Amino acid sequence: MNVIQIAVIVLGSIGLVSAVILFFASKKFAVHEDPRIGEVAAVLPQANCGGCGYPGCGGFANACVKASASGSLGDLNCAPGGKEVMEKVACILGLQASAASPKVAVVRCSGTCDARPHAVVYDGAHTCRIQSMTGMGETQCLYGCLGEGDCVRACLFGAIQVNPETGIAEVDETKCTGCGACQKACPRGLIELRPVGPKGRRVVVLCNNKDKGIIATKVCKNSCIGCGKCVKTCEKFEAITLEANLAYIDPEKCKLCRKCEEVCPRGVIKGFNFPPKKAAAPAPGTAEHTAVPASRTAEPATPAVSAPASDASSPTNSNESTKQ
Amino acid sequence: MKTFKIGGVHPAENKLSAGSPIREAALPKQAVFSMFQHIGAPAKPVVKKGDLVKVGTLLGEAGGFVSAPVYSSVSGKVSKVDVALDSSNSRRMAVYVDVEGDEWEEGIDRSATLEKLSAHPELDAKTIVEKIKTAGIVGMGGATFPCHVKLCPPPGCKAECVIINAVECEPYLTADHRLMLEHADEILEGVECIMKAVDVTKGYIGIENNKPDAIALMTEKAASHPNIEIVPLKVKYPQGGEKQLIDAVIARQVPAPPAIPIAVGAVVQNVGTAFAIYQAVMKNKPLIDRVITVTGKSVKNPSNLMARLGTPFQQLIDECGGLPEDTGKIIGGGPMMGKALISLEVPMTKGSSGLLIMNDKEARRSTPEPCIRCAKCVSVCPMGLEPYLLATVSSQQDWETAENEDVVSCIECGSCQFTCPSHRHSLDNIRLGKSTVMGIIRSRAQK
Repeated sequence: MNVIQIAVIVLGSIGLVSAVILFFASKKFAVHEDPRIGEVAAVLPQANCGGCGYPGCGGFANACVKASASGSLGDLNCAPGGKEVMEKVACILGLQASAASPKVAVVRCSGTCDARPHAVVYDGAHTCRIQSMTGMGETQCLYGCLGEGDCVRACLFGAIQVNPETGIAEVDETKCTGCGACQKACPRGLIELRPVGPKGRRVVVLCNNKDKGIIATKVCKNSCIGCGKCVKTCEKFEAITLEANLAYIDPEKCKLCRKCEEVCPRGVIKGFNFPPKKAAAPAPGTAEHTAVPASRTAEPATPAVSAPASDASSPTNSNESTKQ
Repeated sequence: MKTFKIGGVHPAENKLSAGSPIREAALPKQAVFSMFQHIGAPAKPVVKKGDLVKVGTLLGEAGGFVSAPVYSSVSGKVSKVDVALDSSNSRRMAVYVDVEGDEWEEGIDRSATLEKLSAHPELDAKTIVEKIKTAGIVGMGGATFPCHVKLCPPPGCKAECVIINAVECEPYLTADHRLMLEHADEILEGVECIMKAVDVTKGYIGIENNKPDAIALMTEKAASHPNIEIVPLKVKYPQGGEKQLIDAVIARQVPAPPAIPIAVGAVVQNVGTAFAIYQAVMKNKPLIDRVITVTGKSVKNPSNLMARLGTPFQQLIDECGGLPEDTGKIIGGGPMMGKALISLEVPMTKGSSGLLIMNDKEARRSTPEPCIRCAKCVSVCPMGLEPYLLATVSSQQDWETAENEDVVSCIECGSCQFTCPSHRHSLDNIRLGKSTVMGIIRSRAQK
């Protein structure tokens, strides 16, 4: 026999033996993957935002299929996909969609540049985390928005921008999916995820200052001073509570009557997406606030995009250069 | 001339107030005593609104072992116990006292006569430590670590020598320098107290040689204290760092954290602390005042003030000629490690070694440029770390790499940022990395 024949026979027999082993091994050690995982993953947005608390959309699909064994999706919710996607997921798994209401991020600060006097100029590294860690912040309010845009960089959907005029982060409700990435990024815990509300309407206290009224008044014109007027107005529904000198409106209990908004002497309670009132005088301070809620026009958004982007570009670029 | 081995920088010294003798600052109208004047558990207020207090009355008792009591430095009436902005720029619990007169608690020896430790054999090590603890003395170089904790070595460790930090390597500050020139004898007695407390026979006082007058005077006075040696050191920042000073003076290297200086047999205390210890042990005086340097290029009259704790910074500045018009930044502490203040209402605390007023031009930081990989930060890092790398991984939130690269060893001296030709915010990022990694390590240890 020549060398070629030997080689063919040897390799062929090795191949044959391996094939037999692999055949039995694949039968013996077969991993049964539920085909529904792939189907569920296919309907998810594939943004891999992590807002659901699982490692990416694959992890969430896996969790959904596992949960389906118990007959309900429980708390599982894909925030970016919203109700539509969750219905599809439920349909694949033969279940009822859970009634999780869609949420939206709210930046609870209305301390615009003119309302919050700047005591110092911060010129350190431009991230909120570092500014907050050094205890600084340019104003004497130790709770308000720092405006360095950690939330902007955390948002995968481009839904939050720092308005250079007000110095406060603003949420674009049309883009916000309620994934909560900005909430985690904010070192001051300013951002709250609130239910969108009927027709997108909701009433929110736009302040996070937990100092006593006397200090809160001094550091910012648009601050909650914990006077409790709103709490009294809302006695009937008990939707407003006062904790650590800060009012909080419970979205579950709020009936959207907006009476609190009228009585607030500081104008920090703000209704979102309500139709404009007929011939009623605006509440004090309202004019300054109009920029805060969803004024979704492209006009303020454009400078907002460019400003933080250029801020962020220098550290990002340098990080890339050091990687090389 | 001795110095530490690795890294270091030499910033412009700017010791503007070196020739200005210490003078008493006027009593404030209202003094504010933060309960957070030290590292560790906060003090617990023991007075309430309306209480009458004297100089030396206890206002807050120590909140634990690693804590220190707070005493009133003025006499008057407690007007409220409430939050106050402090030099760490947060609002925390404090006692406000409206000043009336200047009455002192009995038992405090206010005379200038020098009490010698050798004349008081009844003061044994335990009594000395107890007196220091009761007096509320903390590290007065700025770290404000409760002093008695350092004087109680953990089991298995034995102190071999006491090193006194009279380096004052921070530019601008001259408080320790003046203290040595004016209170040399008291400081030496204080060092004797510390040596007796930790039962050692050798003491060193490390002084940088940009203070030749202090070196000469201390050497002359130390002739009557054969166990205390004055060690002149080459001028280099951050020689005042505990680990750097040990390396410079006795050429021993403290291992990486969690090891502490006692591991190599050294107990390090600041020269201001030594003076406070003298007053506490020999004069029964709790820590109620300290020397603070108020300085800056535009300040009319840069001075060293012996000021009562709780005095608002505004008043100290007024005493030195008022706030200059071109003020850009006001820094509590020195320019290298100090912290910019957001208000002048902030009262001075046990750790306030200086108040630096920078003019607008000096204060402005340059815009950071990309890293050019020159590795200057690596060569100046006194801890032998790689600051450019730590800053990068911290800004990318890669805490694992930061921990592996030993970010917790960083002493936050700022040499890297000072030397960076691209003006990068290295230290800002490293601080973030260090605090986050330390948090991760703590939570891991709790599990």
